[in-house]
Amino acid sequence: MRYLKQFKFILLSSIVSINCYGAITSISPSDDPYSAIQEALILAQPGDVIHLTEGRYELEDSLSIDVHDIILEGEGLYKTVLSFKNQKSGAQGLSVTSDGVILRDFAIEDAKGDAIKVKGVNGISFIRVRTEWTGGPSSDNGAYGLYPVESKNVLIDSCVAIGASDAGIYVGQSENIIVKNSRAEFNVAGIEIENSYYADVFDNYAANNTGGILIFDLPDIPQQGGHHIRVFKNKSINNNTDNFAPEGNIVGEVPRGTGIIVQANSHVEIFDNDIGDNETINIAVVTYGYETEDKNYYPHPRAIQIHGNRFGKSGYNPDLETGELAKFLFEITDGDMPDIFWDGIVPIHQIILGQPDEDKIVLGDNGEATFLTINGLKYILPFFDPIEKSYDKFRGNIEPLSPVKFSDPL
Amino acid sequence: MIRFKKTIFIFLILFSFDSVFAGVNDTIILNGEVARKLSDYGFFEDLVSQHPSKEVLPYELITPLFSDYADKLRFIYMPSNGLAEYRPNEVFDFPEGTVLIKTFAYLNEHIESNLDKQLLETRLLIKKDDKWKNVSYVWNKAQDDAFLNIAGKTISTQFVNNEGNIQNVRYRVPNINQCKECHQSGKTIRPIGPKARNLDKDVAYEDGVMNQLKKWHKQGWIKEGIKVQAMTDWTNTLASMNSRARSYLDINCGHCHIKGGSADTTGLYLDFTENRKIHLGVFKKPIAAGRASNNLTYSIVPGDPDSSILFYRMQSLDPGIMMPESGRALEHKEGTELIRKWIKNL
Repeated sequence: MRYLKQFKFILLSSIVSINCYGAITSISPSDDPYSAIQEALILAQPGDVIHLTEGRYELEDSLSIDVHDIILEGEGLYKTVLSFKNQKSGAQGLSVTSDGVILRDFAIEDAKGDAIKVKGVNGISFIRVRTEWTGGPSSDNGAYGLYPVESKNVLIDSCVAIGASDAGIYVGQSENIIVKNSRAEFNVAGIEIENSYYADVFDNYAANNTGGILIFDLPDIPQQGGHHIRVFKNKSINNNTDNFAPEGNIVGEVPRGTGIIVQANSHVEIFDNDIGDNETINIAVVTYGYETEDKNYYPHPRAIQIHGNRFGKSGYNPDLETGELAKFLFEITDGDMPDIFWDGIVPIHQIILGQPDEDKIVLGDNGEATFLTINGLKYILPFFDPIEKSYDKFRGNIEPLSPVKFSDPL
Repeated sequence: MIRFKKTIFIFLILFSFDSVFAGVNDTIILNGEVARKLSDYGFFEDLVSQHPSKEVLPYELITPLFSDYADKLRFIYMPSNGLAEYRPNEVFDFPEGTVLIKTFAYLNEHIESNLDKQLLETRLLIKKDDKWKNVSYVWNKAQDDAFLNIAGKTISTQFVNNEGNIQNVRYRVPNINQCKECHQSGKTIRPIGPKARNLDKDVAYEDGVMNQLKKWHKQGWIKEGIKVQAMTDWTNTLASMNSRARSYLDINCGHCHIKGGSADTTGLYLDFTENRKIHLGVFKKPIAAGRASNNLTYSIVPGDPDSSILFYRMQSLDPGIMMPESGRALEHKEGTELIRKWIKNL
């Protein structure tokens, strides 16, 4: 019976519409949307389009795509809604493990784990896709909304990510990444680029998260040493939602009211952004704060350039409860929080001999923004004030990073 | 008259075997399309009782994967003249046309009960064009054949648990993508169970008990004298806690939590050969656990199972938290108890 049904499916879809791009299978909400969608995703051939008409699809099991170069599309990110409110199995809403897949114009709501996980692919496009936990911020929400990992040539364009208990848009251990025109709200981290190479994050709106945009690098995982990340023309504002990440997760350390954090990456350029109304700090550049025995791991940020940003107010209501960062900063500054903070931590030999020029943090024009760092040598020695507030001391020539280019056309 | 009838009867049996049962069908195995129903392959002389054909050999694993307490009947078919190459720490490199056959069932035999045996699905891994192809056949209501399943299936059913009580279960037949979640290594699919180290045990064959590797050699399937460090039967209370737990984690977790596996992004590696403490999870912070961390800090806190994320996720039934991610809807109480004791004694 099932076999017949599948056969009918192929027959129908191939009769209905064969064009030069492949077959279009159109699916509408039904009693058993899981079988209809999943069968179509499995039986699809490269080039095919699976089209989900407007409506709500109630799904109990997670969906997966493992066919190269197919398109899964809906009719709009508020019109075609895949709801996993009653999910009974599977750790994601949707997972993708094949190259060149395009996801567009639909939403994944209330997945029990991550909303859309894409692992180990070359080429993935999220276009006008929404992932949302509809009950608002809660530690019971899934970790990630849009979650490409170990992938190359990642495009996230005009997406919406709301309510993730870790990061709304999270790109991990990947290479050649563009995240643009997207909106991330009410997540712990709005947009997070972690352990990744060559990313352009621009024209995004990150608001009402705990932290707006995070550029992180962590030890003890396969790809590390994140580098060449450009963060520009974004709005990272009003990220004042209390941290609701379950403890144990690294983003659980992010204080409420953070605009941008760069941690342990190299070659990061932050420019032309609007960053403000963040209660703790607008930009923090920090070292990975835990001990690790990973010998390949470099815990300190290097070659970070910050210029041409427009800063609104920050530091006026710092979150002293979450993590170490805000509390430490608040104590050493007596509450006079800077716009831009660099923790100044470098390897021991650099404390004495100084940092190589190419590793230094470089500030360009950032309007009236204030800066603060800790001088490691003075911190160790008695009777010295380790606090360094001189902006001009870190002013330097900006060497723009190159735009991201995909190695294969998407 | 009676004798006559008897002759006819015997004749009929012979005849029916001859015509209906013609042994394993290599043409179908090596055909481009998979067969529609399990019976087409000819793996079984008697499909319903799962009695294999002469060319098909049952096999057993020292420590198997937990799948909602389902009984698993494993069989292997290798084409004549085929030789499987030994690969240390990996599954054998099986020859073209090999098929691994695994029937999932609730036999309900271990304790007397009113529940009949129920065959759920039979999964095949077929080696063809140097690749493994995975396919699942779901048993019909009549329990007389199993039919090709593509998109997975939910079987809500019951079985008799180890306490003799009736247990409800939402058994999930995986779709072909979900099969790959566990069976992938890099970009390819590979079997998990039949590694030499997990096969090195005595098995009761129809013609007597024999070590499985010896039997396979006798069949002409593998070379003689393969030396392995055998895994430990996780139920063997005479063996060390560590070797039992590591064997259990290897077969239940190590296929994804290994370099090239589905969970390698986490840096948590649970295969048998891993010996770096941090990658085994000892004081390792989670990478992408989300709420599955349960507000705990480390995968494993030696001496403190209740503070260990690994133990927590193995007990959970929440799809966003539980490990493994698929293939289980129930807690494996005996398995988690072993892991609890192991962490306690670390």
